[in-house]
Amino acid sequence: MTKLIGVLALQGGFHKHVEALSRSGSRTKEVRTASDLKGLDGLLIPGGESTAIAKLLVNFGIIDPLLRRINSGMPVFGTCAGMILLSTEISGYDQFHLGCLDISVERNAYGRQLESFESETLISSLGQEPFRTIFIRAPKITRLGENVEVLGTYKGSEIFVRQDSILAASFHPELTDDLRVHEYFISML
Amino acid sequence: MSEKLWSERQTATWRTNVGLAEMLKGGVIMDVVNAEQARIAEEAGAAAVMALERVPADIRADGGVARMSDPKMIEEIQEAVSIPVMAKCRIGHFMEARILEALGVDFIDESEVLTPADDRFHVFKNDFKVPFVCGCRDLGEALRRIGEGAVMIRTKGEAGTGDVIEAVRHMRTIQDGIKRLTGLPEAELMTEAKNLGAPYDLVVEIAKTGKLPVPNFSAGGVATPADASLMMHLGAESVFVGSGIFKSGDPAKRAKAIVESVTYYNDPKKLAEISRDLGEPMVGIGLSELREDQRLAKRGW
Repeated sequence: MTKLIGVLALQGGFHKHVEALSRSGSRTKEVRTASDLKGLDGLLIPGGESTAIAKLLVNFGIIDPLLRRINSGMPVFGTCAGMILLSTEISGYDQFHLGCLDISVERNAYGRQLESFESETLISSLGQEPFRTIFIRAPKITRLGENVEVLGTYKGSEIFVRQDSILAASFHPELTDDLRVHEYFISML
Repeated sequence: MSEKLWSERQTATWRTNVGLAEMLKGGVIMDVVNAEQARIAEEAGAAAVMALERVPADIRADGGVARMSDPKMIEEIQEAVSIPVMAKCRIGHFMEARILEALGVDFIDESEVLTPADDRFHVFKNDFKVPFVCGCRDLGEALRRIGEGAVMIRTKGEAGTGDVIEAVRHMRTIQDGIKRLTGLPEAELMTEAKNLGAPYDLVVEIAKTGKLPVPNFSAGGVATPADASLMMHLGAESVFVGSGIFKSGDPAKRAKAIVESVTYYNDPKKLAEISRDLGEPMVGIGLSELREDQRLAKRGW
């Protein structure tokens, strides 16, 4: 049976992830409530505004059931704001985060939108073809826990990491036509 | 006709700027006039704030010329919040736009709410690195703005009224325009481009894909969670709320409720809960009470 992947659809770039996962041959489901988590084989937390997504997670009682699923091993993939939400520490901000991926992150670390950029980045875990990495008001990882594996770097900064069943990227694979990052996540299910 | 679609021929800057617009989807962009309001908006879960000196309802009430905001006020708002900060320039006022770009705002709204600076031309937005959003009432206007470089479109509605009827009209008009194009044979698209006053390549792309190449948000007249969810159902991907929040009785509560209504626009039970006990909405002006020359939406060429 094809795996069912949830895409957290509270706010942000969830449509593009749904499209990318569908093109990779997965079944997808937009997740807005705790009961939407039932039956999922994995969950993707998209980019967007981490403050906005966090408030909706808290106000609508999604935190506890979500953490139960993540702690019992359901694979989860966070991009950009999704990576921020998964982290154990957000430098300089006292905002809610799930605290299950042992990294510290700095929000908007490259600056405002004028500093957003894209680049062709060689990510060896994805093969020999460079990946077009798009960074939008992107976060940076400032500390890596010892159990966190680095899957990709850009100019010395870790941009693609994994800790067991938790995957995170500071860039936006869903904004390209290249499905290799999504396929990597699907291979973890 | 070139083989690649119009959107596939755009630059990296265009792609990262459309990318930011994508990240604002399913969210609410709130007008704020100072740092304190910006913090209330962020606390309520706004996806971005629009820094301006007066909300549209006050611009209407005060009259006179409405211009770009004071950079000092914009910087105070940039300092106060971590979410994207947008600001408005007058239609065609490319130097206000340059100043806002120099301030590092995350998005510029070339807005009909301010007094137009040029009655023939809009800002040529392709010349800028900062992303632009522009208002529109129909598909032709949307495609002209996209052709000039806007990476986000918002239907205009009628700002500062609290009356949603124009927002609904403009959103339906755009959606009908898109649907109509997708049914047309290729041989008719050039005449259609002429009739719409729209770039031919963009007309071809819409006919082929059935959607705009940039996100389409809604603005102008949204005052309640029900209004916001209505616009989402009609095809808006996010909602701008101007006077509707800070001209209401309890802005913090209403702001949070409108954020939630955009996420749960398809869940009437939740919307009923979200809409409870929000205090007084903005008083508003019915569209039929406005004279033709008081309407802001007709600004734009």
